[in-house]
Amino acid sequence: MSDAFLEIKELKAHFPVERGIVFRHQIGTVKAVDGVTLSLRQGEILGLVGESGCGKSTLGRAVLQLIPPTEGTVILAGRNLTQLKGSELREARADFQMIFQDPYASLNPRMTVFDTLAEAIRAHKEIPGNELPLRVSRLMEKVGLSPRFVKKYPHEFSGGQRQRIAIARALAVEPKLIVADEPVSALDVSIQAQIINLLAKLSREMQLTLIFISHDLSVVKHISERIAVMYLGKIVELGPAAKVFERPLHPYSKALVSAVPIPDPVREKKRERIILSGDPPSPINPPSGCPFHPRCPYAIADCARIVPKLENFDPERQGACIRMREINRVS
Amino acid sequence: MPLLEVNNLRTSFHTRHGIVRAVNDVSFSLEKGETLGIVGESGSGKSVTCYSLMRLIPQPPGKIEGGSAMFDGVDLLKASPEQLGSIRGKRISMIFQDPMTSLNPYMRISEQLIEPLLIHERIGRADALNRGIQILQEVGVPDAANRIRSYPHEFSGGMRQRVMIAMALITKPELLIADEPTTALDVTVQAQILDLVKKMQRELGMAVIWITHDLGVVAGFCQRVQVMYAGRIAERAATDELFAHTAHPYTRALQKSIPALQPKGKSLYTIGGMPPDLSQPIAGCPFVPRCEFAQEQCNQPVGLKSIGTNHDTACLRVQKGEVNLQQPEPEPAQKT
Amino acid sequence: MTAEFPTVTQHTDQVEAGHSLWQDAWHRLRQNKMAVVGAVFVFLLALASFLAPFIAPHSYEQTNLAIGATPPSPAHWFGTDVLGRDLLSRILYGGRISLSVGLVATAVSVIIGVLYGSISGYIGGRLDVVMMRIVDILYSLPFIIFVILLMVIFGRNIILLFMAIGAVEWLDMARIVRGQVMSLKKQEFVEAAVALGLRKRRIILRHMIPNILGIVVIYSTLIVPSVMLLEAFLSFLGFGVQPPMSSWGTLINDGAKDMEEYPWLLIFPALFFSITLFSLNFLGDGLRDALDVRASKD
Repeated sequence: MSDAFLEIKELKAHFPVERGIVFRHQIGTVKAVDGVTLSLRQGEILGLVGESGCGKSTLGRAVLQLIPPTEGTVILAGRNLTQLKGSELREARADFQMIFQDPYASLNPRMTVFDTLAEAIRAHKEIPGNELPLRVSRLMEKVGLSPRFVKKYPHEFSGGQRQRIAIARALAVEPKLIVADEPVSALDVSIQAQIINLLAKLSREMQLTLIFISHDLSVVKHISERIAVMYLGKIVELGPAAKVFERPLHPYSKALVSAVPIPDPVREKKRERIILSGDPPSPINPPSGCPFHPRCPYAIADCARIVPKLENFDPERQGACIRMREINRVS
Repeated sequence: MPLLEVNNLRTSFHTRHGIVRAVNDVSFSLEKGETLGIVGESGSGKSVTCYSLMRLIPQPPGKIEGGSAMFDGVDLLKASPEQLGSIRGKRISMIFQDPMTSLNPYMRISEQLIEPLLIHERIGRADALNRGIQILQEVGVPDAANRIRSYPHEFSGGMRQRVMIAMALITKPELLIADEPTTALDVTVQAQILDLVKKMQRELGMAVIWITHDLGVVAGFCQRVQVMYAGRIAERAATDELFAHTAHPYTRALQKSIPALQPKGKSLYTIGGMPPDLSQPIAGCPFVPRCEFAQEQCNQPVGLKSIGTNHDTACLRVQKGEVNLQQPEPEPAQKT
Repeated sequence: MTAEFPTVTQHTDQVEAGHSLWQDAWHRLRQNKMAVVGAVFVFLLALASFLAPFIAPHSYEQTNLAIGATPPSPAHWFGTDVLGRDLLSRILYGGRISLSVGLVATAVSVIIGVLYGSISGYIGGRLDVVMMRIVDILYSLPFIIFVILLMVIFGRNIILLFMAIGAVEWLDMARIVRGQVMSLKKQEFVEAAVALGLRKRRIILRHMIPNILGIVVIYSTLIVPSVMLLEAFLSFLGFGVQPPMSSWGTLINDGAKDMEEYPWLLIFPALFFSITLFSLNFLGDGLRDALDVRASKD
């Protein structure tokens, strides 16, 4: 798509596993991200879901070049990020930022809010000192924090407030793309809603492209236009959020959706549960063929041989399963 | 006779910034074999309540200010070390949120697993090991006979939690207290764990207290639910009843802020404001600053009152019948 | 601290003061009685030594062969040594040497060690390997030979003594700081700083070092005593302070020689030395307890 704002092409992030003290040699590879291709419009919000170990956090970091990708390219607004190095890369970082999961660990505990935000504001721009207080105040108000807390330290805030500070910091450099890695997972339910609303609003107002990573499908469904489901380093399903959630195509997506607890006892008792057997596999020793086949209730013999590609199911939706059409036949 | 009867439990923390009343006059009871869910957010007192019962609160700065917790004729809050020792770990077991920090990384699973057996029941090591292998199989650890000799770090998160459950259940306790044991786990693993606990509960006939912030988990798993806010019980009822006829504004606000139940496209409902500072005395209902139904009368002290069969609420206006929370209302004014 | 911060809303709110983790730690430290006692003692001893020229009753070098070694008396509170010199005065002046060697050498080693360890730990890779091998090599050098070499080349000099000791002690500090920095590097706020596009220099100075200061401070209070002991040893060997100047170390050595006949010559310097070491250790323990506690999370 030529109008794609963010293009990720066959992105891979492989890590060698080494053994030996004297003669270190490689005995295997962790294929954390194994060939991901995605395109996003400007201002789009994409939800990226999957469970621990599926590679979603690694994907987020690889896109932002916080982890050097092993293969593949990332093109943002026409600029190839994967080719940038050294101070070029450092300067380009103003365009793409990250919001982390743990709101406590992602703020320097010895810096006040003012220090943290002023540092971000000045990271790539020369701003005279006397303008800083005003800019910092504006930034705080934008994320819903009262400027009277500007001299306080992270530990004096609640989790939700700290996350707002982190969001303000990411916004300070005026980025075009933000990757939010499980930004609400560590927060209480009532606070999650506040932060989700805030991110949605900011994205709309500032035409920010947002990749929202979470293991919580219901949170992601709400804020995203499209959802990508990851399993063992690959995207197994991609489509509009509501459809992926209500009528998932891929067997893994089906299991994921069915495992989400519904806070309504009547519906909860009635619905069909797909309980997966076994543990999520480790990315060092992925199964042959389709990575999901050992746990898949629909697996057939071919599934152990063929690696499914992400294919179109209809113009809007894609899935990576050789039995996709059979399983989802409209009855 | 209820299995566990807690009356007027009060626990506070004496900190430099004041006395934090974490649990403020909480009473509840639990029948044999029953599943009770305790729901609340951080600071609600849900965990501190159960830690107080098990006497796991560090005694400075914590202090159990008053109340009783009767378990089979013994008041857990005042029991002697011997009495407590024979109950804790044997008749009442507890599992925690983070299995990695609850398991000793330097000891094999076998040692940690059979320890409660060796202490509480005088059986030999060989017998204890067999029971250990058996319970590991029952909780779904594959190849239990060999894996019992592994160390905690050799297991995945979900497996470790199963091991924790095995450790808690090996003495066939009458009551299992689970403090957010699946919060840190993936949703599919959580589903497996919940299924497992349900199965073991049926087999052992034990009661379960499940502490969580997730109303969804409660909906599918617990028979009764108790919602806590600011160290007090806000509402208590059978699960179906709580969801169908919500009787406290906080419970309703909680339900409304869950993304799963909200239509896409609009902003999510949020509960405005912040939880109260528990080191300051609160005159009336603690939810007043954030409640859309609050009135002047809500500032007087209000207690838990029954409004139906086994349905209690601490909302004065609901008790008086002034407010019906089932009415769908027009776009609520959102306080930010 | 209330400053008016401009806001874009109509009313200007008063800015609330924040209180940092250092303030929390300071409060905890004040509550630790032993640490406070230790700090007070160190302070008093340092003050006394500093004011030695004003408060010492006698000169530290004035000999009085007529009286020789005398036990404590109203004229000489701590007695006199074999050459008739007043012990109290010698202890006070000696304190200046011992304490200043302790502090200066420690300061030198801390500064070098922190910078070296931070750079090595943060940059990592080959630079780290090379830097740490240099540290290993320096460790294996026999310290005494090294000091002798320096003394031979540059002559006997108290400043040189400071430098020599500092130059050896920084190795430990560098290793410790490097370890701390390496584990700190994995913290998310460091990743966030990298993601912001901050320069490495800024990350090290503004994000790493303030967060390892706790360990550095604690470790420093333990280096000071060991430096003082080292100084005593060197002075004994003839490389440090030379008579008639004294340090507590030399006084103890001299006292030990005649301890059966003139026990006071050993007891008093040893007492001062020990009290200082104990005080510093209590202070160090208190600092560790105060700084190590995890800051209050919710």
